[in-house]
Amino acid sequence: MKPAPFTYQRPSTLAQALTAYAAAPDAKVLAGGQSLIPLLSMRLASIEQLIDINGIDELSSITVDESGVRFGATVRHSELLSHPEVAKVQPLIPAALHHVAHPTIRNRGTTCGSIVHADASGEMPTVFALLDGVLTVQSTRGTRQLSTADLFIGALETSLEHDEIATEVFLPALPVNRGVAFDEIARRHGDYALVGVGAIVGIDDNNSITSVRAGYVSVSEVPAAIDLTEAFPGGVLSDEALAAAGELALTHLEPEADIHATIHYREQLVRVLTKRVVTAAYADAVARRKSSREESS
Amino acid sequence: MTTKSIGEPIKRVEDARLVTGKGRYSDDLMPGALEMAVLRSPLAHAKIISIDIDPVLDVPGVHAVYTYDDLEGPLAEPLPLLIPHPDLTHGRTQYALANGEVNYMGEAVAVVVADNRYIAEDAVNRIVVEYEALPVVVGVDGARKADNLVHEDVPGNVAARMEQGFGDVKKALKKAPNKLTLDLKIERSAASPMEGRGTVARWDQDLKRLSLWSSTQTSTGVRAAVASKLGLDLGQVDLITPDVGGGFGVKIMHPWPEELLVPLAAMNLGKPVKFTEDRREHFISSAHERGQEQHIEVGFDDEGRILGLDFQFWHDHGAYTPYGLIVPIITSTQFLGPYKLPAYHVVFESLYTNTVIVTPYRGAGRPQAVFAMERTMDAIAKHLGMDRAVVRQNNFIQPEEFPYAHGDLNFQDGRPLVYDSGNYPELMEKAKNLVGWGEYEAFRDEAKAEGRKVGIGIACYVEGTGVGPYEGGHVRIETNGKVKVATGLTSQGQGHETAFAQIVADELGAKFEDVEIVTGDTRRMPYSVGTFASRAAVMSGSAIALASRKAREKVLRLAADALEVSEDDLEINDSVVSVKGAPETKIELGTLAVLSNPLRYAFDEASKAATQFAVGDPTKPPIPDGEEPGLEGKDFYSPMRSTFASGIHAVIVETDPETAEISILKYAVVHDCGTLINPMIVEGQIHGGVAQGVGGALYERMEYDENGQLQNASFMDFLIPYVTEVPTKIDIDHQVTPSPLNPLGIKGAGEAGVIPTAAAFAAAIEDAEGITITSMPISPSELYDLRLRDSSAVDERTQA
Repeated sequence: MKPAPFTYQRPSTLAQALTAYAAAPDAKVLAGGQSLIPLLSMRLASIEQLIDINGIDELSSITVDESGVRFGATVRHSELLSHPEVAKVQPLIPAALHHVAHPTIRNRGTTCGSIVHADASGEMPTVFALLDGVLTVQSTRGTRQLSTADLFIGALETSLEHDEIATEVFLPALPVNRGVAFDEIARRHGDYALVGVGAIVGIDDNNSITSVRAGYVSVSEVPAAIDLTEAFPGGVLSDEALAAAGELALTHLEPEADIHATIHYREQLVRVLTKRVVTAAYADAVARRKSSREESS
Repeated sequence: MTTKSIGEPIKRVEDARLVTGKGRYSDDLMPGALEMAVLRSPLAHAKIISIDIDPVLDVPGVHAVYTYDDLEGPLAEPLPLLIPHPDLTHGRTQYALANGEVNYMGEAVAVVVADNRYIAEDAVNRIVVEYEALPVVVGVDGARKADNLVHEDVPGNVAARMEQGFGDVKKALKKAPNKLTLDLKIERSAASPMEGRGTVARWDQDLKRLSLWSSTQTSTGVRAAVASKLGLDLGQVDLITPDVGGGFGVKIMHPWPEELLVPLAAMNLGKPVKFTEDRREHFISSAHERGQEQHIEVGFDDEGRILGLDFQFWHDHGAYTPYGLIVPIITSTQFLGPYKLPAYHVVFESLYTNTVIVTPYRGAGRPQAVFAMERTMDAIAKHLGMDRAVVRQNNFIQPEEFPYAHGDLNFQDGRPLVYDSGNYPELMEKAKNLVGWGEYEAFRDEAKAEGRKVGIGIACYVEGTGVGPYEGGHVRIETNGKVKVATGLTSQGQGHETAFAQIVADELGAKFEDVEIVTGDTRRMPYSVGTFASRAAVMSGSAIALASRKAREKVLRLAADALEVSEDDLEINDSVVSVKGAPETKIELGTLAVLSNPLRYAFDEASKAATQFAVGDPTKPPIPDGEEPGLEGKDFYSPMRSTFASGIHAVIVETDPETAEISILKYAVVHDCGTLINPMIVEGQIHGGVAQGVGGALYERMEYDENGQLQNASFMDFLIPYVTEVPTKIDIDHQVTPSPLNPLGIKGAGEAGVIPTAAAFAAAIEDAEGITITSMPISPSELYDLRLRDSSAVDERTQA
């Protein structure tokens, strides 16, 4: 379990990294390395060059304002998770990050790297899709901003060109009168989810549902966010509506069997988690509306 | 006055070293040694048409490449069949490197020795092998069908068929008022120690001597195998066992191909060579265990007493049988558990499949046996509408019936299956109290009212521990007062340095802190068998006790002489020998060691006191007749037969009505391993065993596809429970019925925790769900499918 030979460089500026990356068609970028290093060590992938971006200061910042959370390519999951402002502006981020593997992996792994790895069984690509995030990618040719639809084009496949490095992620703030929840079921604590669900529920002043959007982990080829609002006619959270939401979600998803779960079982988890997570997101919305009213009064 | 050390929960002396990263494992040794990598078969069954090593020869940093054609003499013969048995009529073993055919994915085909592992792996990837694929046999089903054969010359894929029994089972079944049939299945798993296999070898050309380090459970086994295969005298080979990161059975199986090829390369190249197995290699080339299918026919009376039982099972033995029939023999005998059967018949077939070999893994055939018997007990209780504990109690061997012989059955050691001691009814009372058997009905009703599903399961076992033939102990008191103790079997984290020191402290009267234990070093103790079958405490513990007693006798002889008193008037406490009632008349153990070894030269202060001119009776020779210089004691312990530990596990689970997730609400263990040397270590063994049992019950299985490809050869997909998946609290109660077979009354405790776990979980899940559980392990996905099938079956019944 040792990688095949490759050369290694650790540029200290983004400009140097982009130049090096453009010049090396068979190179990979090393950020947290939590997916790349095992692939290299098991010789499931081999590369000519490894360009380590961990020495680039400009990629390591987290900026939080009213519009949302902006973070660089070397920001670790654990940094976002422990950032006090992130949870206030977009509580779905920490809610999902708690489910990303184990603390040691979160201490090394980067959220940006996880998103551009584009694994539909990862939590953060789904969060990116559910929140309509924006990814900044750069090359010596210039800078592009990619939305979910632009970014995820296939299983573990993104629209990044061979010379482009993902440099920054923007995840928008949670609007008022919205609540969030995230939950997943895995075989063991911290494992890849058999199914994971994140939801954002919007309510009006009467606590009636105005919108329901859910993101799904491990049941689609590309990270999936689905609008489930139509399952809640009259804005009412009922058992029937929650069941209908699960069935509606399933029409958009493609659960597959593997050694850990059958298709039937994954479908059942989609139903159960849709119900549980939408219910929890609704309760979160009601609680947020209540506390914001109390704050303003 | 010294307090007694045996029975005290003394903190493990090895932990400071092991938990602060100061352990020295095989890969830590000999930095800079050349490293070996192995080319393994990607196919489960194939003929090898050709191997082209030319592309490797010019790779810089490569020192040697070996294929089968490079092997000579005994090394070119198949690897040894370690434990032959008359019923193993078609035993087969692999070659150190494949000889024209591979029989499992992962079988060693070639090796490369290079400057480092990186280069060695680069080189391995350049070797070109042409295979001709052969049909693959996977699973008990595939083996029994025998449409294809693993070994051309083994008809029906049957390596062995063995039959034992007592009483007239046919007649008993015919006459029994109640009869049931069960078909059961247990999946394959593996020991999966944290550290895989590892070997380091250094050949000293000047001394013509091979130093070998191996991550092993048997120092003497590796040494003998290597000496024999490489044509060396046993005396030319030293095997030193470094710290070993877990074994759980897989490291009792030697020699592995790498273990022979590493010293071969070291001798050929005149440089130290090392092999460190990686995790993927461990999955596809070390041993697995557990896979069995079982068929039971049982006849019983209206109180649930078994009148006759016929047990048939099929054991998936993998591609070869190097460790003989030990695992299925244990299943076939330990099936009887704590129960008294008037008539029993067992027949098993060991079957070849194109998969990794099967050799003992902690529990060694017992988890399967206990699963079969305890499922039977639960089925009887259900059939009769009786309490599951009562059915078991009605079948128990009673305390006054020991020693108890199960007819004329033979155990794994070839000796009659005779239980030495135990008290199963009392064990059951303790178990029921500990788990709350009496209050459970009310708890279940309460949970049911809240829409929750809970279930309770109970499972009993008897474990033959401490099998022979023998172990030895050697105790040497040094002039500085240190007590150096050696035993030949090895340690993989059990806490031998602590437990054995406690025995020496008590038996010799030495300070616990002065005792230093060395295990698994053939330079210190060349006679030994190994650490397996829950035998270390029983075998080496007893041998060390006997050796300590011999050392003590000499201490007293010397002290009586030095202090001019009778031996009977002396006592030894905290490494000081003194006269009873006159503690100021005393002499230290270190001083006696000085006196025991008269010298001609004074090297230091201690030896100055020991020169022949300073001490001794001038009318006698410096070493009296019948004595030897030095203060030592050496002895061996060899029991007539195994000693039988016992226990009961009970578990309460909750199953999620929607997701079928299975959570553990309570786990209770009562057990009897005779005298406890260190209760904390025993409880640690139970905790670890239960954790492994939880793995076997709810998580772990080897997923082979129809082509014999192992689908989950990583810790990402082979699900060993994390600390988050095992019970946060395990309730433990001890019972002590000392074994009459050894000086301390010890029974083994190493494997017990894993043995009844799958059986207890199956019972609890069945209780929670009302669905019969016949196969383990069980995942939430499988439980969900069982629910779907059960509800559609109910629909069909309703419609009919």
